[in-house]
Amino acid sequence: MNAATVIFLILATLLVISSLMVVFLRRVVHCAMALVTALLLIAILFISLQAPMVGVLQVMVYAGAIMVLFLFVIMFLNPGVLEQPSVAWWGLAVVLSVLLGAFLVPLFSQYEPGDNPVTSTELFGSPDVLAKSLFGEFVLPFEIASVLLLVAIIGAVVLAKREHGSDGAA
Amino acid sequence: MVPLNYYLILSAIVFSIGVVGVLIRRNLIVVLMSIELMLNAVNLTFIAFARHLGSMAGQVAVFFVMAVAAAEAVIGLAIIISVFRQTRTLDPQNMQLLKW
Repeated sequence: MNAATVIFLILATLLVISSLMVVFLRRVVHCAMALVTALLLIAILFISLQAPMVGVLQVMVYAGAIMVLFLFVIMFLNPGVLEQPSVAWWGLAVVLSVLLGAFLVPLFSQYEPGDNPVTSTELFGSPDVLAKSLFGEFVLPFEIASVLLLVAIIGAVVLAKREHGSDGAA
Repeated sequence: MVPLNYYLILSAIVFSIGVVGVLIRRNLIVVLMSIELMLNAVNLTFIAFARHLGSMAGQVAVFFVMAVAAAEAVIGLAIIISVFRQTRTLDPQNMQLLKW
C-alpha cells in the first residue's frame, strides 16, 4: 500500500463521515457546515485525480457560491424548531439505501478496469486543455447551459418576488 | 496510483448516504443538500473515469453538472422561500395542497 492509497483512504474516511453528518445532524446550520467539508474533500480528490481546474471550480462554485446561498436561506427562514424524526419511514429508507449500496459496491468492485490507465501528459486537466475541449467539441452544450442559467435567474426572481398584498404577512 | 475501483466504491457509498438523506429528513433544505451530495458523488465518478480513460469528456461533463446543480439550487431555494411564505413550515409532510 503506497502513500497515495493511504492518503486516499484518509480522505475517503473523512468524506464518508462528513456525508453522514450532513444527513444525521439535527441542526440545519451544522448540516450545511458538514456539507462544506464534504465538498472541499471532494475538491481535494478531484485535484488528486489530475483535474485541478475542476477542483478549483468545485471550491468556488459549490463551497463558495451555492453554500453561501444555502446559508442565506437558512438564516432568512430560521428553521429554529428541530424536526421530529419520522419513525415510520426511517427503517424502510435505511434498508432501501443499504440495499442500493449493497448493489452498487459489488458492481463497482467487480468492474474490470481493462487496460492500464492511459499515461497522461502533464497538461491533462489543465485549464488550457479543458477550455479547448469545452469550446471545441462541446460548444453546443455550453451554449445550452448558458440558456439554462438565464432561465434559472429569471425563474428565481419571479418565484421569490413578493406579490403585492396577496400573501399577507409575508 | 489508487485503483479506479476505490473511487467508484467511495462514490457509491456517498450516493447511498445522499439517498438516505432525501428519504428520511423532514426539512426541505436538508433534502436539497442531500441532492447536492448525490450530484457530487456522480461528479467523482466522472472525474475518476476521465483520469482512467485519459479523456477530457468526463471533466467537461462535470462542468455541465455543476451548472445544472447551481440552477437547481437557486430554483429549489426560491421555491422553498415561497412555500415557506405560504405555509410557515419546511416540513414536506405538511405540504398537501394537491393531495386528494
